[in-house]
Amino acid sequence: MRGLVCAIFCLMMTTAANAVEIEYWQYSYKTRIDAMEKLIEAFEAENPDITVTHNNFPYAQYRTKVAAAVAAGEGPDVVQLYYGWLHDYLAAGILQPLSQESFPHSEIEQEFFPMVGSMKSGGDYYALPTAVRSLALFWNKKIFREAGLDPEVPPKTLDELVEFAKKLTQRDPAGNITQAGLTMGPINQDHNWWREVLVRQFGGVPYNADNSKVMYDDEAGRAAFQYYADFATRHKTSVVDFMDKGEIAFKAGRAAMHIDGSFVLSFLKRTRGGRNRLEWGVAELPEHNGIKSNFSSYWVNGITSKASGEKKLAAEKFLKFITSPRAMQYWLDQVGELPARKAVAYRDDNRNHPEFGAFIRGLDYAHTTLFYSESAQRKTVVDMLDRIVLNGMSVDESLAIAAQEDQNIIDAALIEIREAAAAKESTGVSSDE
Amino acid sequence: MSKRTIAQKRAIWAWVFMAVPLVYFILVRFYPTLDAFSISLTDWNIVGEKRYIGFDNFVVLFNDPVFWVVLGNTFEYLILGVPISLLLSFIIAYYLDQIRFGHGFLRACYFIPFLTTAVAMAWVWRWFYQPVPIGMINLALGQLGIAQFEFLRSTTQALPAVLAPAIWAGLGFQIVIFMAGLRAIPKTYYEAAKVDGAGAWQTLTEITLPQLRPTIVFLVVISSIGFLRIFDQVYNMTQEGEGGPLNATRPLVLHIYKAAFDDFEMGMAAAQTVVLFLILMVITVFQLRVLRHDR
Repeated sequence: MRGLVCAIFCLMMTTAANAVEIEYWQYSYKTRIDAMEKLIEAFEAENPDITVTHNNFPYAQYRTKVAAAVAAGEGPDVVQLYYGWLHDYLAAGILQPLSQESFPHSEIEQEFFPMVGSMKSGGDYYALPTAVRSLALFWNKKIFREAGLDPEVPPKTLDELVEFAKKLTQRDPAGNITQAGLTMGPINQDHNWWREVLVRQFGGVPYNADNSKVMYDDEAGRAAFQYYADFATRHKTSVVDFMDKGEIAFKAGRAAMHIDGSFVLSFLKRTRGGRNRLEWGVAELPEHNGIKSNFSSYWVNGITSKASGEKKLAAEKFLKFITSPRAMQYWLDQVGELPARKAVAYRDDNRNHPEFGAFIRGLDYAHTTLFYSESAQRKTVVDMLDRIVLNGMSVDESLAIAAQEDQNIIDAALIEIREAAAAKESTGVSSDE
Repeated sequence: MSKRTIAQKRAIWAWVFMAVPLVYFILVRFYPTLDAFSISLTDWNIVGEKRYIGFDNFVVLFNDPVFWVVLGNTFEYLILGVPISLLLSFIIAYYLDQIRFGHGFLRACYFIPFLTTAVAMAWVWRWFYQPVPIGMINLALGQLGIAQFEFLRSTTQALPAVLAPAIWAGLGFQIVIFMAGLRAIPKTYYEAAKVDGAGAWQTLTEITLPQLRPTIVFLVVISSIGFLRIFDQVYNMTQEGEGGPLNATRPLVLHIYKAAFDDFEMGMAAAQTVVLFLILMVITVFQLRVLRHDR
């Protein structure tokens, strides 16, 4: 009799526990979806009482879907977001803070790369990355060889970059560039290269410490942008958006050098074989005045305000799992994105990897930009270059306009944040009473 | 108990059948349209509360220099697009109507672009317009020894370059409508003109064009609305769908899209929608008035 009661009780317990089902959302990207499916399988094997439903949406609709679903009390318990969206998500009340018990601050601060600090707001962490990305310089070994350069030696400094680019550029009899020395795509990754790398290398900083003021409208910023624009206007080694997109020109063997993120690796690896096979190498970004810098961006996972009770515990477990060293190594091997934990990234075979290595080494000195609106702020850099290249405006004048536009975006966003915080506070007080 | 007349019964049935589309239109068309007016008076980021701010969105909008550039572009699409496309389609329809050999095949050739998805077409044209070494047009010009055009990378050439495939895509539809209009003109008019000894030009201006008036009114109105709402071509032919370079190709609808789904400023997007609505309404009413007046 007692055995039966016990058995029934146990059965009830397991069915109750089985009922914990959480939902995970990310945007549609083939390799990531496959990797996440595998991670979920492994997680469910370890935690048979938790089921994770995995949902994904095209990038274009992703943000809108998350915002609408969570506002309606539906959708994901654990959600993936771009680091730059954090302030939007906090203002909209989509995320809840990660508890100190499950995610001790000291552990995050010791084990993750320092840029994760930007996921902290008001003393709480809100999200953690599985993987991070950084920039590096790709070079085409075959073109180097043809130009009489050592195919194994990429440029180490910004001056060498110019010098190499000049040697590697080819033009038709009419003077049109048929092979670019260096790709130029401000709308792709170059705006990040300029903002966080060039500006710093020329002795400036892009924004002030609390990220409320544009600081690049000075001598350093001007010199940095002059350096960049010169590739198109003075050295004539590049055409802006040559062959539509730098990565395409590079992959087609029509550009000798290209700066891009680690996410391009998989695109470049899918090349056809044969005689014209693309031979490329990847190196750390060139330094200048002895200053090394890099730009890092990442996707993070957070727990939504919707998860509570059992679901919250399950969500925490799942988040812990997908940000564990094991998951990160798997992610690197499968997706090609860099581990967010130093210990994993610094493993010898990762750090010295012929492809990932340059990116991982770049993480040591990488900076993140806390965008208020990535697309709008990016556009200020794109337009800054277009005014110079297309309309012949001086760098000084164009930089001043861009700085003002950027500052306006920041000011508008800060007002909004302040208003949202005030609104939250007033509702918070009334619910306490 | 009075029996319903047949007419009454018919009316009831008509309403029964109309009820479904009517409900659909009210819910999916009219209600959101009206709602856009009220959203345009708020500050709303899709989540969270709508905050009433009066006409602030409109004030900000009218003080934004980019908005005026965008509005200028929108009218440029209209002013270039409507006459060019109507002239081309009329000429093609006029001559196509006179040939018998290969008529069906030629008509299909002109109509196919209308059936093709705008996105695929925009991307093909985007590649046509590239500079050497890959752009087809510039490669051909190079062969002829002509300097290459900047096309999409020029602040002056980009808008016409984006407009060209839009005109081309709409041509098939306009040609078919024009041909239907041409066929509807009674043969007897032409016979009478011949008997009276009228020349080809006189026949065209005195008979064909006046008889096509309703067709022309219809096409002007429809294509005006189409060019004022241009989006797909610009979104797909410019870098990251920004309507560049330097906003040179950005039309109002793209500006609305960016405000709504990049910046999540739904109030601002709705305000621009209201502006677009008013422009469309004024232009359409004006065109109907002017073009339809009795001779």
